[in-house]
Amino acid sequence: MTLGASYEGGILRVFLSGELDHHAAKKTVDFIEKKIDAHLPREMVLDMKDLSFMDSSGIAVILKSYRRMKEVGGVMQVENVNKQPLRVLLASNVERVVKIIAETKEA
Amino acid sequence: MTEINNVRIEFLSRSSNESFARTAVACIAAQLDPTLEELGDIKTAVSEAVTNCIVHAYPESLGKIMVRARLFDDNSIEVTVRDWGCGIPDIDKARTPMYSTGGDDRSGMGFTIMESFMDKLQVRSKEGRGTTVIMRRKISPRVSKK
Ligand SMILES: Nc1ncnc2c1ncn2[C@@H]1O[C@H](COP(=O)(O)OP(=O)(O)OP(=O)(O)O)[C@@H](O)[C@H]1O
Ligand SMILES: [Mg+2]
Repeated sequence: MTLGASYEGGILRVFLSGELDHHAAKKTVDFIEKKIDAHLPREMVLDMKDLSFMDSSGIAVILKSYRRMKEVGGVMQVENVNKQPLRVLLASNVERVVKIIAETKEA
Repeated sequence: MTEINNVRIEFLSRSSNESFARTAVACIAAQLDPTLEELGDIKTAVSEAVTNCIVHAYPESLGKIMVRARLFDDNSIEVTVRDWGCGIPDIDKARTPMYSTGGDDRSGMGFTIMESFMDKLQVRSKEGRGTTVIMRRKISPRVSKK
């Protein structure tokens, strides 16, 4: 699991790359919460373009991030979701809570 | 239905073994010539079952986990994931979507994902003795694949 982030104009973008399972979850949550607390963004985007695998541990990571964003008065969405992670997100009904944009957005 | 392969692995309940277990089963499943999506489904289900052993069966200690993959000539795979941990007191309740004893680190979707990604899911458990999860999935024949 490799993590990255960028912040511009009130929007925090967190880049997940590799495989998000229980083994990688704690490190990922710690990273995201640290970034949110540092920037207090009005919006956070979880960019999953380079995430090749995710299981239910990733659902908990998304829900925790969502709650943290809510605490700081911001919103969040998940973008660029590959096939396997998307199947897990859909099976878990996460889109009832967090907006999911599966396709890569045109620049 | 004849068995054409039977592979068994055992390892300790370390979280670093989650990726090992799902990758190992995917390597064996590859002998049935699955699509990437079918392989992804099997990897996900194995990851859920193995993570449950690590997180729930042995919460405070390291224990043994056994994973067995069997391939059959009707192009199906059966994966068994077994632990000798704390066991599940009420299996029906545990299989309910969003039910979890894991607090906010977990979402309670593991069994639901195993059920929807595999064709069949069977759970046996005894408190204080351990849990066995058996999953089956048929791999579609190549002719009907793009
Ligand atoms: N191998 C196991 N040993 C003991 N208890 C288990 C085992 N597997 C599952 N359980 C129990 O069943 C519950 C539901 O499991 P499930 O995988 O559906 O959700 P979860 O693990 O709590 O959350 P998630 O899988 O979404 O991270 C668990 O919270 C736990 O109480
Ligand atoms: Mg689970």
